[in-house]
Amino acid sequence: MNDVIRDSLDHCVKCTICESFCPVSQATPLFPGPKYAGPQAERYRGAGPSPDSSVDYCSGCGICTQVCPQDVKIAEINSRARAKVWERRGIPLRNQLIARPTVIGRLGTPVAPLANWALHNRAVRTVVQSVIGIHRDAPMPSFAGKTFQRRSRNHHAAPGDAPAVVYFHGCGTNYYEPHVGEMVVAVLEHNGFRVIVPEQDCCGLPLQSNGNFPAARTYVRRLVDRLAPHAREGLPIVSNSTSCGLMLKREAHEILGIDEEDLKIVSGSMFDLCEFLAGLHERGALRTDFQSLPLTVPYHAPCQQRGHGIGKPALDLLALVPDLKMIELDVDCCGIAGTYGLKKEKYEISMTVGSRLFSDITATGSDLAACDSETCRWQIAHGAGVTAVHPIELLFRAYGLDRTSRQGLVAAAMRSASVDG
Amino acid sequence: MSYDTLVVGAGIAGLTAALRLTEQGQRVLIAARGVGATHLAPATIDVLGYLGDARVESPAGSMKALLAASPDHPYRHIPADQLAASLTWFTARAGTLGYVGSLEENMLLPTALGVPRPSALAPQTMSAGDLRAGGRFVFVGVKGFKDFHPALIAENLVRAELSQPVTARAVELEAPPGGLGDLSGRVIAGRFDDDDLSHWLAGELVNRTEPDERIGVPAVLGVRSATETWGELERTLERKVFEVSTLPPSIPGIRLYEAMARALRAGGARIVHGVRVVGAHANDGRIASVDVVNATGTVSHPIGSVVLASGGFASGGLELDSFGVTRETVFDLPLIGVPTTERVRFAPGYFDAQPLARAGVATDDLLRPVDAAGRPVYTNLHAAGAIVGGAVPWKEMSGTGISIATGYAAAEAILAPATLAVSEAVR
Repeated sequence: MNDVIRDSLDHCVKCTICESFCPVSQATPLFPGPKYAGPQAERYRGAGPSPDSSVDYCSGCGICTQVCPQDVKIAEINSRARAKVWERRGIPLRNQLIARPTVIGRLGTPVAPLANWALHNRAVRTVVQSVIGIHRDAPMPSFAGKTFQRRSRNHHAAPGDAPAVVYFHGCGTNYYEPHVGEMVVAVLEHNGFRVIVPEQDCCGLPLQSNGNFPAARTYVRRLVDRLAPHAREGLPIVSNSTSCGLMLKREAHEILGIDEEDLKIVSGSMFDLCEFLAGLHERGALRTDFQSLPLTVPYHAPCQQRGHGIGKPALDLLALVPDLKMIELDVDCCGIAGTYGLKKEKYEISMTVGSRLFSDITATGSDLAACDSETCRWQIAHGAGVTAVHPIELLFRAYGLDRTSRQGLVAAAMRSASVDG
Repeated sequence: MSYDTLVVGAGIAGLTAALRLTEQGQRVLIAARGVGATHLAPATIDVLGYLGDARVESPAGSMKALLAASPDHPYRHIPADQLAASLTWFTARAGTLGYVGSLEENMLLPTALGVPRPSALAPQTMSAGDLRAGGRFVFVGVKGFKDFHPALIAENLVRAELSQPVTARAVELEAPPGGLGDLSGRVIAGRFDDDDLSHWLAGELVNRTEPDERIGVPAVLGVRSATETWGELERTLERKVFEVSTLPPSIPGIRLYEAMARALRAGGARIVHGVRVVGAHANDGRIASVDVVNATGTVSHPIGSVVLASGGFASGGLELDSFGVTRETVFDLPLIGVPTTERVRFAPGYFDAQPLARAGVATDDLLRPVDAAGRPVYTNLHAAGAIVGGAVPWKEMSGTGISIATGYAAAEAILAPATLAVSEAVR
């Protein structure tokens, strides 16, 4: 384990800046705050048990680390401490289940209509809540039935001499939002790229945030094995899932302590999708044949997106679209934090955390919102009652690709990522 | 995306420079390791509070004496009319926080320890705490809120040196109903925003204070609508009410940060926390690009100008290593005010005049860091705030004043050549 993370606690001067930003400790007394649970309690966490288990109420949004002026890795310390708590207690079935999106995806996809009925049936959800502990009102996506991996197999790629880019789509795109993946491919191809979609599995992030580090490491290594050969060829890897992208850029190393050459080369090749496209624009290589999109859309940069430290490239890109007005929202967190808000005992907290974001979105009067992260989109759709889309969907429409692109995309773009919560 | 100016640091100095540049049409990126001192300091604007041990009554009137005693002081580069202009500009940008005061006279506001603090400007919600006219004060705490101690304030205040007699007493209220868990300033402020605790507070205060008393409450009257809450309290009680700063976090500072950050976002500026600026690539004495470390690694941003507002020792803009070497951490700039290793770096008493306290960069009148020969290190690099050497802000009570004045002046220096170029083109 690299102990840059734990050692950073000595830089803590107890200034309370992290406490004044923590969205969870402001929403519930059950979490005493990042300073207390992090650098302070960490001093007492030796080989023995953690001094208290309140750290499990940390949602892992990571805002504390971003705002800390002394470079203390507060969220990372807390993430490791949470894993220690669960290592002793044993991870409950629910957390093992929701932390494995590929397992859920493979189970649900073949029986999508039935699974979707069950996911959105109140009686079923009430039973699920009392038996497993997933809150009956928590936002759930719908299985698409045909995964993005399967759809992309029938896709005829651009000619072989075009510059190539590797697409890491993540589980959300694969099982629930394959239309987003198709828009990503269409926009990249529109800009002259050949898109390589390697076979891929979960990045291990949900396992990490649910405290199962050994399993998380297995998933990271399996994924890295598939991406590293492309990275070694010097190809960029893009991801439309900001949290999964951040896992490969930084967290697998910093939190899970994976210190292998293959991961390093993948980390160095990872781009958030909007970061990649904005980078193209900076070099004058992005097509700007955008059509008018007369919409006003509030935009929420999710916590994990801000963890990249890349600014807000989605806003930079969408500013290029004629007549499209984006409203930059300034509430930090939507509350869902991956699987946190699904849990029976944490759902109310996650909704309280998100309430200001929801009301700010409602106040804009728009029935559409944009956000880079899939679980955050599902939470926003649920909490604010709007359609929440990835920024790529607005770019896709502005390029006119919903009219000119392959069959199936039109319907997908129109349907968008709405969720019945 | 390319930016006109990169501002390093998101404290008052960085926010001031960035906002001034943004509203003049520049595209600005703020890259910061984290949040600055806004969230810790009481959000008063202290231009000059002490000359030696003597309290300053008029910052404007004492400026000449300050510069005579501290010839390297950052204010040396700020003409009097520009200092005034920067504060007028700041007051307008702070908007609904309603800053009051002037350069001509310091208010004396009680601190969290009950010490009279000389400040040129203060948020409207604090201004009735001015001790200069004397009178009867009551300080109100809340049981369980551990960051505010009304008895300590009251007892210290009656011992303070004041020209008019002051009486002060303390009142402790039961915690507001409905709350659970730890009562932090942030949690109470959130409840003022969401649950409207002002009715509760007014109800408690009406019977426990006298009509001729001025009522000091902890500065937790909300983040989003404190000025309204405060106004409503004064109207309901028909008494003077004022906020007193608490131990950190500073809710008035959070309000100020959010007001400035909101204005920056509205103007299209980008604020990125949790990243580190680690160096520059220069051409012909100009910075052409800066290196920023983010989650991926090091990314180079081509840039027109740079404002270094990285703070002093406390914020990591300056560093003293175990070999006794002091350095500027971002661009490794030459420093002034660093005692040579043969001399003592620290005085024995914590509150003594510390030899290292004046360390920082020296600048020219355009706030550009200069080398020993007085030449700018880079022609498009400007410095603002605590990184500028020659001052002892915590002794002088001049920190926020220096930050606003130098942040504003750095922005003006960046804008000036453009203004010249435009007028030449017109000609």
